[in-house]
Amino acid sequence: MKYALIDYTLHLADTTLILAQRNAEWCGHGPILEQDIAITNITLDLLGQSRNFYQYAASLIGHNASEDSLAYLRKEREFKNLLLVEQPNKDWGQTTLRQFLFSQFHFFLLEQLQKGNDTQLAAIAEKSIKETTYHVRWSSEWVIRLGDGTEESHQRMENAIEELWRYTDEMFTPVEYENESSVDFKELKTKWLNNVKKVFAEATLTIPENEFMQTGGKSGVHTEHLGYILSDLQYLQRTFPGATW
Amino acid sequence: MVNTATIEEAKIRALLETVKDPEIPVLSIIDLGMLREIKIKDDKIEVVFTPTYSGCPATDMISATIKMVLQENGYSNVKITSVLSPAWTTDWMTEEGKKKLKSYGIAPPNPKQQVCHQELFLPDEAVQCPRCDSWNTHRISEFGSTACKALYQCDDCKEPFDYFKCH
Ligand SMILES: [Zn+2]
Repeated sequence: MKYALIDYTLHLADTTLILAQRNAEWCGHGPILEQDIAITNITLDLLGQSRNFYQYAASLIGHNASEDSLAYLRKEREFKNLLLVEQPNKDWGQTTLRQFLFSQFHFFLLEQLQKGNDTQLAAIAEKSIKETTYHVRWSSEWVIRLGDGTEESHQRMENAIEELWRYTDEMFTPVEYENESSVDFKELKTKWLNNVKKVFAEATLTIPENEFMQTGGKSGVHTEHLGYILSDLQYLQRTFPGATW
Repeated sequence: MVNTATIEEAKIRALLETVKDPEIPVLSIIDLGMLREIKIKDDKIEVVFTPTYSGCPATDMISATIKMVLQENGYSNVKITSVLSPAWTTDWMTEEGKKKLKSYGIAPPNPKQQVCHQELFLPDEAVQCPRCDSWNTHRISEFGSTACKALYQCDDCKEPFDYFKCH
């Protein structure tokens, strides 16, 4: 039973860490300075959330586990992040769409965790939901701005949807370690879809129908992208074990 | 009768007043409303505090500084505990803290927070310019130089300024 909680906490930690790592690639490359700062602020929030989850997981695991060993020394197949968050940034459209699809889900998930039966997860959720509200608003506005923007920005958003939509169902498809959690996946999906439809309608974007849905990340089966992210992220600790500054 | 623990607590509180937020060095952790409790049991001291933002890089430094300041003043048995719930909010910032923030050039959080919701494309929250007190200002970006700030500009004195945003 405790194992399920450890795995679930690691799943939350990995998802927020990998999305932070992806978003951080924009640092110094944002389309304008203010938006460069916005995406890196979001990165920092996500990194903070992931640290809280890793610290909690480490305390559950005990022994010599630490937030650093969990983030830097686990292998690709041990990572339990959603496939959605490891997808490449590509352009600003795909990055903001990825953030939008995730944040809309994350908000409702945190809302549930806040009322859930694990007090530490509830506390982390209570803390995280405030900043997530900002992420929801920021990313929704970008989806609308670009979807209902120029012909080209609209086309790029359509392409991004084509690229990312297949990874959305994983958020609502529980894996073994989620069976005992108090999360109501059905309710999550209803609320999420409702909001996505609203924003898409305003953005003149359409939700794909009958698309094949890819899952696997939550159980450690990833797309080809995660290995590259980890080789970047873990390089220093792998090359110089225990390095500090 | 004055209890020795109360005197001891007041002494520690005064020391903690010197622990500043490294990113806004005019504010102490007490001004920010981060200090929750000081527990004293014999020579054991526990300082309980609430971090402001999940990703705030200052948190680790603040906790190390608390320990250092207390040790320098003879308290060797110090434990620092960080609690996440109830979550820190800008409402906990003291009036004194808000005044210091304003004279430092950062607009303090509005008393009644208006932006913690999900409505899209709303008009900017009205924020007063910390330099000339004008309300004729506009938001440049919801995300500023640190996680806790948004970037505004005054349309009267033209100065850009940070606003300590809703949390
Ligand atoms: Zn002014």
